Amino acid sequence: MNEQEFSLSCPIPITNYPNVMMAHGGGGKLMQQLIEKMFITAFGNSFLEQRTDSVLLNLDKNKIAFTTDSYVVKPLFFPGGDIGSLAVNGTVNDLSMSGAKPMYISLGMIIEEGLPMETLWQIVNSLKINCDLAGVNIVTGDTKVVDKGKGDGIFINTSGIGIIEHDFTIAPSSIHEGDLIFINGDIGRHGIAIMATRENLEFETVIESDCAPLNHVVQDLLSSGIEIHCMRDLTRGGLVSGLVELSNSSGYEFVVNEKDVPVREDVNGACELMGFDPMFVANEGRFISFIPEKYADAALQILNKHGEGKIIGRVEKKNNEGVTLISRIGTKRILDMISGEQLPRIC
Amino acid sequence: MKYLDEYREADAVMKYAAMIKKITTKPWNIMEVCGGQTHSIVKFGIDELLPKEITLIHGPGCPVCVTPLEQIDKAIELASNKNVVFCSFGDMLRVPGSKKDLLSVKAEGGGVRILYSPIDALKIAKENPDKEVIFFAVGFETTAPANAMAVYQAKQQGIKNFSILISHVLVPPAIEAILSSPNNRVNGFLAAGHVCTIMGYEEYYPIAEKYHVPIVVTGFEPVDILNGIYICIKQLEEGRAEVENQYSRVVDKAGNLHAQNIIKEVFKIRNRKWRGIGEISQSGLGLNDNYSEYDAEIKFNLNDIIVDEPSECISGLILQGIRKPFECEVFGKICTPEHPLGATMVSSEGACAAYYKYRNKMKV
Repeated sequence: MNEQEFSLSCPIPITNYPNVMMAHGGGGKLMQQLIEKMFITAFGNSFLEQRTDSVLLNLDKNKIAFTTDSYVVKPLFFPGGDIGSLAVNGTVNDLSMSGAKPMYISLGMIIEEGLPMETLWQIVNSLKINCDLAGVNIVTGDTKVVDKGKGDGIFINTSGIGIIEHDFTIAPSSIHEGDLIFINGDIGRHGIAIMATRENLEFETVIESDCAPLNHVVQDLLSSGIEIHCMRDLTRGGLVSGLVELSNSSGYEFVVNEKDVPVREDVNGACELMGFDPMFVANEGRFISFIPEKYADAALQILNKHGEGKIIGRVEKKNNEGVTLISRIGTKRILDMISGEQLPRIC
Repeated sequence: MKYLDEYREADAVMKYAAMIKKITTKPWNIMEVCGGQTHSIVKFGIDELLPKEITLIHGPGCPVCVTPLEQIDKAIELASNKNVVFCSFGDMLRVPGSKKDLLSVKAEGGGVRILYSPIDALKIAKENPDKEVIFFAVGFETTAPANAMAVYQAKQQGIKNFSILISHVLVPPAIEAILSSPNNRVNGFLAAGHVCTIMGYEEYYPIAEKYHVPIVVTGFEPVDILNGIYICIKQLEEGRAEVENQYSRVVDKAGNLHAQNIIKEVFKIRNRKWRGIGEISQSGLGLNDNYSEYDAEIKFNLNDIIVDEPSECISGLILQGIRKPFECEVFGKICTPEHPLGATMVSSEGACAAYYKYRNKMKV
């Protein structure tokens, strides 16, 4: 965050409008005021200042990646992040997983009437800070205001464009027998942080979300010449869903060692308490990558520079789809996607 | 993790597995009563470590599984009332009633809330005086004290817009029902550690003696379970039938007297129907006369409902340990966690769900 340009107090004259009004989405003066005083102040750049219906971008590359995602989260703020950091990092990470270098982001906000202007400003601040951290610009946007009771404070949609500067095909079809499966850190923190805040659960330590942009670590891997076969960020459904999805689409069997999967002690404790399995809990800054064994040391070195790299498993036979876990007591079990959400258990 | 990792330690697990193998000379059927133990056994593959002579049978210890269909239908009826906030532990929301489940009621706009404690339901009642707040009081002896405390506090604080829909069941009568069945094939029991934390284990002595069956109070981690099996097999091989406590780091012989007192204050023992098994005499809890104003069934004048279980579902046989999940013709085919026919496929602690989650591709 650039402190000279930013202040924690909201630039909208909140004495007049402490809360978002329907008119802030109505296309008139209040909407202009919101855009100019808040959004342009926060995200101002030469593209946004074109103020046209669609922005003109110079992408002097042949291969472009394009993605979109929507963010609806309760609560809006949680330890380690908020809806703003999710909205930027989610889209940055989706682009990164195809090996693209994220460049530009669009921002669509659906705001519920009555949202305090200060809350909106905190979210805008977070969007700005996280764009700066990832090195991307918000270049176009849209605002709608819906009636009170018709939204959870705010919904955000972000789309992103990135450029692909390498010749690898980073996709499930590139996964090979013998590839090692890497992870970039401990799992389960985001889901537990959200759950603990939502349910007012107090643990001995505050568990913070792992929400973070993955483009820097991915670009470092690529620029070191490491041949990445496939990547997947581990959001909803956690590690298991990511593994099962890629096993199904590649047709290979993966064997994962439970003892190599990093789970923090406090996250493990919280999961035990709530009857959750950390392997299924959501993350917002974790990804698995499939890389040939010859690059193992180099890949671990880069992953460790950005976090905690681990080899958690290996790609085995073709035409034998499925994920097998070697449990910490040495027995084998099948990993499969969860049906519906994980729900807290009775006892 | 302290008190956890050491009970999942591979060397200790293998040591007990080897000890069990060494002493086993005959075929034995051991039933773990608790769904949490079933889940651990299947998740960690503990049955794979046992000699072929030992068969683990999964008992009726999942509170979600044994809650009768009519109670689920009553819960759905109450939750569909616009004036009601219906609170429940998460597991119960996916259990299919005759026509739909509580999650569907929530999706249709019903006031369904997932809670971690019944005491939170009291808070909701205080904050919403214009609503009727109902808590789905389900479970074994483990959840009974907290549910009793919620009712006790409601009465103390004069909260009138709170009630509970009860489906509380008790473990010892279920063990007796299994042992006295002509189909019984269980030689020894692993009693549920959490239940004994509350109730102690003195009530198991007459059962062990009457039916000449070893009952071993057992914890939930792999080392606990293998240790419990070892103690049980040792007794069987030596011709003994005693009550022993493997889970002594948590369970005391007399149990938790405070918890027992609050249960006695608020509840009385009564007959209860178990899903898939039928009515078992004196096997459940209901509110005693001093607290009947907090019984949702009385308050909302709910009549008995007649329901039909899906004919293909063999949940009842699975809960009694007569069949294994993969011995069911529809397991993994038309009955899956996405489209469950019976409660044993729904609950995270249900035997069918555990087998489907961890074994589906190995067994089907």
